[in-house]
Amino acid sequence: MNELCELTIHEAHQLLQQREISSVELTESTLQRIAETEDKVHACLTITNDLALEQAALADACANEGQAEALTGIPVLVKDLICTTGIRTTCGSRMLETFVPPYDATVIEKLKAQKAVIIGKTNMDEFAMGSSTEHSAFFPTHNPWDLDRVPGGSSGGSAVAVATDQAIYALGSDTGGSIRQPAGFCSVVGLKPTYGRVSRFGLVAFASSLDQIGPLTKDVTDCALVMNCIAGHDARDSTSARYPVPDYTTQLVPDLKGLRIGIPQEYFVEGMQGEVRETLETAINKLQEIGAAIDWKASLPSTRYALAVYYILAPSEASANLARYDGVKYGFSAVKASSVIDATEKTRGLGFGTEVKRRIMLGTYALSAGYYDAYYVKAQKVRTLIRQEFDRAFQEFDALVTPTSPTVPFRLGEKLEDPLQMYLSDVCTLPINIAGVPAISVPAGFADGLPVGMQIIGKPFDEETILRIAFAYEQATDWHKKRPPLQ
Amino acid sequence: MKLSDEQVKHIAWLARLAMSQAEVERFKLQLSHILENFEILQEVDTTDVLPATQTTASQNVFREDNAAESYPQQEILANAPNREENCFKVRAILE
Repeated sequence: MNELCELTIHEAHQLLQQREISSVELTESTLQRIAETEDKVHACLTITNDLALEQAALADACANEGQAEALTGIPVLVKDLICTTGIRTTCGSRMLETFVPPYDATVIEKLKAQKAVIIGKTNMDEFAMGSSTEHSAFFPTHNPWDLDRVPGGSSGGSAVAVATDQAIYALGSDTGGSIRQPAGFCSVVGLKPTYGRVSRFGLVAFASSLDQIGPLTKDVTDCALVMNCIAGHDARDSTSARYPVPDYTTQLVPDLKGLRIGIPQEYFVEGMQGEVRETLETAINKLQEIGAAIDWKASLPSTRYALAVYYILAPSEASANLARYDGVKYGFSAVKASSVIDATEKTRGLGFGTEVKRRIMLGTYALSAGYYDAYYVKAQKVRTLIRQEFDRAFQEFDALVTPTSPTVPFRLGEKLEDPLQMYLSDVCTLPINIAGVPAISVPAGFADGLPVGMQIIGKPFDEETILRIAFAYEQATDWHKKRPPLQ
Repeated sequence: MKLSDEQVKHIAWLARLAMSQAEVERFKLQLSHILENFEILQEVDTTDVLPATQTTASQNVFREDNAAESYPQQEILANAPNREENCFKVRAILE
């Protein structure tokens, strides 16, 4: 057998239930893999060895009584902006370098209720603002398929951890593509649920009308299993939806008969790499082979406005959300200052990195007197139009399929000095958050040896259909089984 | 939309961000470039379109106003950069 850390959730669960392996062995295997790979990829900010092994021992006791649930005893890494009691939660920022949350996020409570084993926290762009994980205040994460390239972002650490078997699965968050784009860049599965499907309580806020927590996994079945655990209403997040949570594994069937899939032309954008386009076309032809009816001429004309809408709304919300970091109740605090205002300005000036400041500036400008209507309100109106176009498209189609990103992973440093180029990396994923609908990225092949992701977009609260399409595609291909040759 | 030094400094003041002159110069160019790209929105006809504030069509959400246990004072104070006894310590607001 291969190393235990290479197992999926469903494989590990079966072996745990049969007592073929223990959670302690499984956890030790992931910790060992982290020790072997971390100096190359730098995916993690905190590793909780001792705590993890304690949790694993408790999970084993549970499994011995025949009470193992799907995630019991399975090691998980968590993006470092999801609050974990007693484990520091930095958001990839100097501002929160020493912050230790006094409570768990709802998703962490839910994982713990199943006796999941939390082995640490993953690296990310500061406050989730970025598409490459280079904006981490601590260090950049490297793509295991080519260590000179970025893993995507902002959940780059979580994607790399899954791709290198540092964990069996990971949690990330997605405001404009931060789960799907790194999943695509690292050849793993990443789902952004419908806005409101997963509680945001305990997720450090970036843009509250766009943020969602979701899974990064080695295959689609695992994605469904994690969703079964983390989805659902939460009284502590008033934007979480009251719809019942289905068993996401029941629709995982290997054919697509009767499903209509639209390919919106606008996503095959200018600046898209030719090989990415070819890879996607091959993947879409495969969907047709396994039963889907494909319409290559679907259209979402307002797609071209999504970048502007996103980069007005998300920074505006961020500028308000990040106003709380004033160095008083928690976080970094500038020592030398002449007054309260001076202290606040210095705390924020020194505590935040460049990209966070850039977005706070952008948002503050868009919300300031004289510009509010021209930027913020205008963007909100175009948001309405974008959502309406998705609603219309979903009267005709069960799902839409696009590339996850227009390019393969780019080189470290390549886009750092040109923020607009960096923002364009998310051009295919941003519209989905604007519309609030769910989307999944699945491995769809390689261009020049680098991963290409396929994005499958669904109707609001219809994660089941996109999981079904993703599952059927996965059964018909073996891209998800490829692992980076990291030596 | 070309921003001036003064505009960048004004935004930084509104956002309570201390900023060096080098940062002002850098943000002036970058933000101007980004804002120019936002002008594309002006070509969209949004007459009679309502602004979207959310996507789930939820109405006001209410809950019962039940008293519940809060967090222990010491746990909440544990992250404070400056504290004195059971209080957050801040600089004098009045001279």
